[in-house]
Amino acid sequence: MSYTTIRSGEQVSLKRAPRASAEHVDKTYPLWFHLPGGIIYLVLFIVPTVFSFYFAFTRWTLFKSTFIGFDNFVLFFSEPGLIGSLRNTLVYGFLTSGLKVVLGMMLAVVLSAPIIARGYLRSVTFFPVLVSAVGVGLTFQVLLDPFNGVVNQLITAITGHDGPGWLTDPNIALLSVVGIDVWKGIGLATLIYIAGIAAIPNEYFEAARVDGASSWQVFRNIILPLSFPATSTVIILSLIGGLRSFDLIWTTTQGGPGFASDVIASVIYKQYQAGFYGLSTAGNVILFIVVTAIIYPLSRWLNSKETVL
Amino acid sequence: MSFRKQGRLALIASLGAGALALTACTPGSLGSNASSGSASGATAVTITVLADNSDQTTKPLQAVIDAFNAKDTGVTVKLESRPQGTDGDNIVKTRLSTGDMDEVFQYNSGSLLAALDPAKNIVPLTDESFMANVDDSFKTSVTSDGQIYGVPLGQATGGGILYNKKVFAKLGLSVPKTWAEFMANNAKIKAAGIDPVIQTYGDTWTSQLFVLADFHNVSTADPEWATKYTANDPSAKYAVDPALKGFQRLEDVAKAGYLNKDFASAKNSQGLQKLVKGTGAQYPMLTFVVGTYSAMSDTAAQDIGFFAQPGDDASTNGLTSWSPGGLYIPTSASAEKQAAAKKFLEFVATPEACDVQTKAVAPSGPYAIKGCTLPDGLPAAVTDLQKYFDDGNVSPALEFVSPLKGPNLEKITVEVGSKITSAADGAKRYDEDVKKQAQQLGLEGW
Amino acid sequence: MNAIRTPTRWLVGLVGILLTTALFLVPFAFIFVTAAKDANDASMLQFSWPVHFQLWQNIVDVFQARDYMLVIAFINSTVLTVGSVALMVVCGSMIAYVLDRRKSRLNPLINTLVLAGLIIPPAVVPTIWVMQSLHLFRTLPGLILVEVAFGLSFTVLTMRAFVATIPREIDEAAIVDGAGPLRLFFRVIFPLLKSVIVTIVVVQSIFVFNDFQNPLYFLPGNQNATVQLTLFNYMSQASTTYNLLFANILVITIPMLVMYILFQRQIVAGMTSGAVKG
Repeated sequence: MSYTTIRSGEQVSLKRAPRASAEHVDKTYPLWFHLPGGIIYLVLFIVPTVFSFYFAFTRWTLFKSTFIGFDNFVLFFSEPGLIGSLRNTLVYGFLTSGLKVVLGMMLAVVLSAPIIARGYLRSVTFFPVLVSAVGVGLTFQVLLDPFNGVVNQLITAITGHDGPGWLTDPNIALLSVVGIDVWKGIGLATLIYIAGIAAIPNEYFEAARVDGASSWQVFRNIILPLSFPATSTVIILSLIGGLRSFDLIWTTTQGGPGFASDVIASVIYKQYQAGFYGLSTAGNVILFIVVTAIIYPLSRWLNSKETVL
Repeated sequence: MSFRKQGRLALIASLGAGALALTACTPGSLGSNASSGSASGATAVTITVLADNSDQTTKPLQAVIDAFNAKDTGVTVKLESRPQGTDGDNIVKTRLSTGDMDEVFQYNSGSLLAALDPAKNIVPLTDESFMANVDDSFKTSVTSDGQIYGVPLGQATGGGILYNKKVFAKLGLSVPKTWAEFMANNAKIKAAGIDPVIQTYGDTWTSQLFVLADFHNVSTADPEWATKYTANDPSAKYAVDPALKGFQRLEDVAKAGYLNKDFASAKNSQGLQKLVKGTGAQYPMLTFVVGTYSAMSDTAAQDIGFFAQPGDDASTNGLTSWSPGGLYIPTSASAEKQAAAKKFLEFVATPEACDVQTKAVAPSGPYAIKGCTLPDGLPAAVTDLQKYFDDGNVSPALEFVSPLKGPNLEKITVEVGSKITSAADGAKRYDEDVKKQAQQLGLEGW
Repeated sequence: MNAIRTPTRWLVGLVGILLTTALFLVPFAFIFVTAAKDANDASMLQFSWPVHFQLWQNIVDVFQARDYMLVIAFINSTVLTVGSVALMVVCGSMIAYVLDRRKSRLNPLINTLVLAGLIIPPAVVPTIWVMQSLHLFRTLPGLILVEVAFGLSFTVLTMRAFVATIPREIDEAAIVDGAGPLRLFFRVIFPLLKSVIVTIVVVQSIFVFNDFQNPLYFLPGNQNATVQLTLFNYMSQASTTYNLLFANILVITIPMLVMYILFQRQIVAGMTSGAVKG
C-alpha cells in the first residue's frame, strides 16, 4: 500500500484527490476523533472560563462576590498606567514576534544547510528553551547588572564608560526584556522552521539544483513560500505569547522600574496578587478582547494565504 | 515506508500507563517525616500546619512542633510549607475559599489577615483561656469585628535604620534623633567617601521602608490618623502632611545623592553586604534580617546597630514595629481537628514554646507572649530594638491598625527613590492605589 | 540544500560556533559557577570562578533539603510530564487530523476554540471548583488532565500545519488496502507525523516540566511537590541562598537537557531521512 510506490513512481503529484462522497468522508475521518481531547478541554478549560467571565462583573474577594456591573472595566480603564502598559504590550508583542520570525527563519536555513557542527549549533540555540523563566530571569538580572554584570564590564573595558542600566533605566528596560525573550524563545521558532523546511519534498531542491539555481533563489522561491505553514505557526504562537507574556517581565523587572515596563498581563497579575480578583478577571477579559482583535483577522488572513499555496 | 515507527507510539503509551500506575505508590513515602509513629498510638489525631517556607518560620515552628509531639497529648502535628510573598497569599486565599485548608495555618497579622474575611473563614479564639497569655498589642492586630483570631508565632520586628557602628565610631557620629541630625550625619559620611544610605531596588519591597517606618512619627503627630485614614478622611492622606513626610524623606536622600550608585539593581543581600563591609553606612530595613547579616562575617552581629527612623522632634522619637505572624484555625476543619488544633495553639502560647523557638533560631525581637524572655548575648541591633520596647516608645505599623495597604506602594517608592517621580506625585498616586483597595474591601465611605 | 561549497560550510559553521557560544553558553556558564560557590560568595552575584568549588556539596544539599523533597518532586514531575504529554499528543493529533482532512461545519467553531485556548488565561478558582466536583482536585491524574486541557491548543495548532503536508493519496491507498479509520490513523498517519510529534513532545515536556503555577494551585502539599516548586525553598524575602538556588536550577534543567539530546537525534534523523519522504 505504501506511499513509497507513489513516490518512486513517475507521477509525483501534490494535487489533492477529488472530493469523496460524504459517507466516505464520515467513515474515513470520523468526528468522534474530536471527542477525547474535546471533553477534557471543555470540562477543564471552557467551563471554568465561562464561570470566571461572570466574576468580571463582580467585586470578588474569593470569599464573597457582589455584582457591580461594568464598574471593574471602568476602574481598569482609569488605571493611570493603563495607556503605558497597552503601548508596552503592543511593542513587546510585535517586536518579539517579528524578531523570532526573521531570526528564526535565518537560523533555520543556516542550520538546515550542511555546515560543520550542525548538531552542536542546533542544540546550543535550543538550550535556553529548556530553562524555566525563573532561572532565565535571575540569570539575566545578574548578567545585565549595571556595574557587576558581565555585559557592562565588557562595555566598560572597551569604551571606558559605564554601560546602560539595562533593566533599571526606564527608557530601555522593556527593550532589554524583549531581547531576553527573543534569546529564550528563538530556539523554539527555529525548531518549528527546521521541521517546516524538512517537510519540503526533496524533489524541489533536486529540481532547483538541476536548473542551477543559486542559494538565494532556492531560499526565495522554494524555502520561503513552502515553509509558509511554519511561518504562520511561528507568527501566531509568538504574537499571542508576546501579547500575553509576563513571566519573563515578572522575573526580570517586575514591570519596573516603577511602572516603566508594565504590560497588560503584568498589571492583571499585580491585581490578582493584590487580591482584586474581580478586577483582574475583568482585565483578563479586556486582554482577551485586545488579543483576539489582533489575532483573529491575522489568523484568518494567514489561513487563506495557506490554502492558496 | 516502514511501520517500525509505531514502536515509538507503543512506547509512549506504555510509559503513560506506567506513569499512571506509579501514582498508586505515593512518592511521599520517601520522606522521613512520613513515619507517623506517635506515642499515643491508634487514638492519636494528626493535624497539619501550613506555613511559609522561610527559615525564619520553618525552623522555630518545626522546633515547637517537635516539642509538642514529644508530649503525650493524643495529637500529632506535621508541617506543610508554601511559598512566601504574594504567591503564598494567593495559595492561602485559594485554599480557604475552596474549603481545603490545613487544620492550622500560619499567616501575617494585620491588614493581610483582614483580607481573609476572618468572620467567615477563621475560628475565633476570643473565649479560649490560653489567650490570656497573649500580649494585648498582638491581640489588636488579629482582631476583626470584636473577635480575636490568632496566636502569635515568632517575634515582633522593628522597622527603622540599621547602621554600621564602626563607621559611626570612626567618623565620630552619634545616633540621630531628628531628621536634621540624620541628614547632617549623611553629609559627613558622604564626605568620608562612604555611601550614607543603602537602597536596593533589585528587591522592590525594600524601597518602602522610609515611608512605612515613618508611621510612628505620623501617629505621634496625629494619634487619630489611622482611624481617619480608614474612614477616608481627607486630612489623613499621604498627599498631605504629616504622612507626606515619609515620601519626602525618601526624596531628600535620593536628591542629595546619598544613595549607593547601584541602588537601582542591588538586591537585599547585596545591601546587607555593603552594610557589613562598611562601604555603606545605613540601611533602612526590618530587623528580621538580623540572622542573614550575622552570618556574613564573624563580627557583623555586634558591628551593626539599629535606630528608629528619626522625625522632626527629638522628644517624640520612637519605633515603628511589626507584629509577628499568627497561627489560625480555619472553619473548614472538623470539630475533632479543631479541638486538636486548639491543644497545639495552647502550647504555642506558653513561655516554654518561646524558649524552644529561641533555641532553634536567634530571636530578632521580643515575643508577643507574656512571660517570654530573651537570652543574653543577642546581636546589637536586637538589643537596640529591645530598648524601644522597654521604654514603651513604640507604635505599631499602619498595616496593623488599618486594613488598608495599597498593593503598588513598593513600585511607587522605587519611582520616588529613583527620581522618576516627585514625592508629591508619588504620594498622590499612592492615595489612588489605596482608594482602589478600600473599594475592593467594601469599606464604608469610599 | 546541498549546494554549499566546502569553505562556506566551514566559515558559516565557525562563525556560528563563536556567536552561539558567546550568546547562548555564557549564561549557562554563570548558572554553573554560581551553583558551585559557597553561600557568601554566591550572594555577591558576580560572574567569577568560585572561591571554594563545592558543586557536589551543593547538589547533595539540594537533594537532601526538606526530607529529600527534590527526589519526590522528580518522581511527581516525571509522572506528570510523561502522562500529560502522551495524552496531549494522542488527543491533539486526532483532532488536528480530522480538522485538516474533513471540511465540517464544526471546523470554524473548533478553530475558534483552539485560538481561545491560546489566548484566554486559565481561571484558577473556577477550575478548582470543577475539579472538586469531579474529585480530581489534589490528585495527579487531575493535574495531568489540567495540563492536557491547557496544552491542547498549541498541540492542535502545530500538528495541523504538518498534517496538511501529508498528501491525501496516502489515506486513499490505505483505504484501498482495507484499513478502517483507527488503523488508518494510528498505523499510517501517526508514524508519518513523527517529526512534528518529536517537536511537540520536546516543547510540551518543557512547558509541563517547567510549569510551577498549575502544580502550585491544583496539587498542593509537600508530598505533591513538583520540581519547579523546589526553587521556592531557596528564595525568600530576606535570605535567598543563591548557590543552592542555582544548583537546584542546574539539577532540574538536566532532565530536559538529556531529553532534548536524546530526541535531538530523532529530529535530525527524522529530517535527513525525511519522515514525509518515506
